[in-house]
Amino acid sequence: MKPFAYHQPDQIPDAAKLLTSIEDSKLVAGGMTLIPTLKQRLASPSALVDLSKLGNLKGITDDGATITIGAMTPHAVVAASKLVQTKIPGLAALASMIGDPAVRSRGTIGGSVANNDPAADYPAGVLGLGATVITSKREIAADEFFLGLFETALDPSEIVTAIRFPVPVKAGYAKFKAPASRYALVGVFVAKFADGVRVAVTGAGPGVFRVPPMEAALSGNFDPSAIAAIKIDTDGLTSDIHAEADYRAHLVTVMAKRAVEAALS
Amino acid sequence: MQISFTLNGRPTSVDVEPATLVAELLREQLHLTGTHIGCDTSQCGACVVHLNGLPVKSCTLLAPALDGATLLTIEGLTGDPGSNQMHPMQEAFRQHHGLQCGFCTPGMLMTAVALATEKPDLTEADVRHGLEGNICRCTGYQNIVISVMAGAAAMHAAKGE
Repeated sequence: MKPFAYHQPDQIPDAAKLLTSIEDSKLVAGGMTLIPTLKQRLASPSALVDLSKLGNLKGITDDGATITIGAMTPHAVVAASKLVQTKIPGLAALASMIGDPAVRSRGTIGGSVANNDPAADYPAGVLGLGATVITSKREIAADEFFLGLFETALDPSEIVTAIRFPVPVKAGYAKFKAPASRYALVGVFVAKFADGVRVAVTGAGPGVFRVPPMEAALSGNFDPSAIAAIKIDTDGLTSDIHAEADYRAHLVTVMAKRAVEAALS
Repeated sequence: MQISFTLNGRPTSVDVEPATLVAELLREQLHLTGTHIGCDTSQCGACVVHLNGLPVKSCTLLAPALDGATLLTIEGLTGDPGSNQMHPMQEAFRQHHGLQCGFCTPGMLMTAVALATEKPDLTEADVRHGLEGNICRCTGYQNIVISVMAGAAAMHAAKGE
């Protein structure tokens, strides 16, 4: 790692100001992606702005038809939350499958969403549930937030403060994980609402995406059999040392069926 | 920068560069070499320590995160204070041969103690899922899983649960 200055502001406006006033500065939440990136010298920021001392960014609140999770809430807290387990069990299950216990102690929902790793789990949950990303400046719908490989709608001085999830009728997540990293080779989040079904896929391509044919089929019949014959086009899917695009395409259907099964169980 | 934290029960204050990993701080500056660095890419778990009671990988933690916190390393894992006994989890690893070369063992123990603390009635599936972030290249995990189950039972028996 190259040396950097370290700032621990206690107010969001101060954090935003540091981020814009110091050239090449970066935010750090749990650091589960940033620290490995710094160690490999894929990034060498001049300063880190640590979000851990900001008030009110941790915790989960019940708003009735929605639940709101503070950006600095670690995965382990979401996974163990009775509120999330009761209202959106599929989301608690997703959080329990991220990385390993040590990663879940530190990694945060805000960090995961802002980083938008193409194989991260949370983007599938956020897009699948049609959640809203709340930032220091505005609210952004999930459908407008994820723009592709590590790209989001966030502007350079914008800080994610919370994610607001609508409570679905049913929801489930299933992933086939890369055994060493435990990132999703393919992960599928399925959510059934009164007005339709949303299906979001992570790991398969350069960014999280929805599958309209599966959404239409599941809206008619929320059962794994409804999507068993739906194949995903391999165009634009990722091929790497872990899996070829055609295998990932196959896994999307398999994981989508398992996600529906999980939602129904 | 100056950081102050509680290390294995003792107040500690050190001057560190912000770009210092906790694993480096422990091993090189504080000479606590029980915490091992295996992969250095947050996958193997040999470097697991407890930060405020939760298991974390010290190779993927910056030293400034320690300020004001409580840190427990393998050196702080002991039996009853003053008894010169091993921690029940360490004793279980010894009894059930839960190690061969021993390199991964400090991290296995720290993860195992955190697991057993979080959930008193661990099943074998819980243990295998909970050890996902700890890699052992010798044992095939069988005896590690047996050790963790026994160690967890001994920890809760010692507490009278």
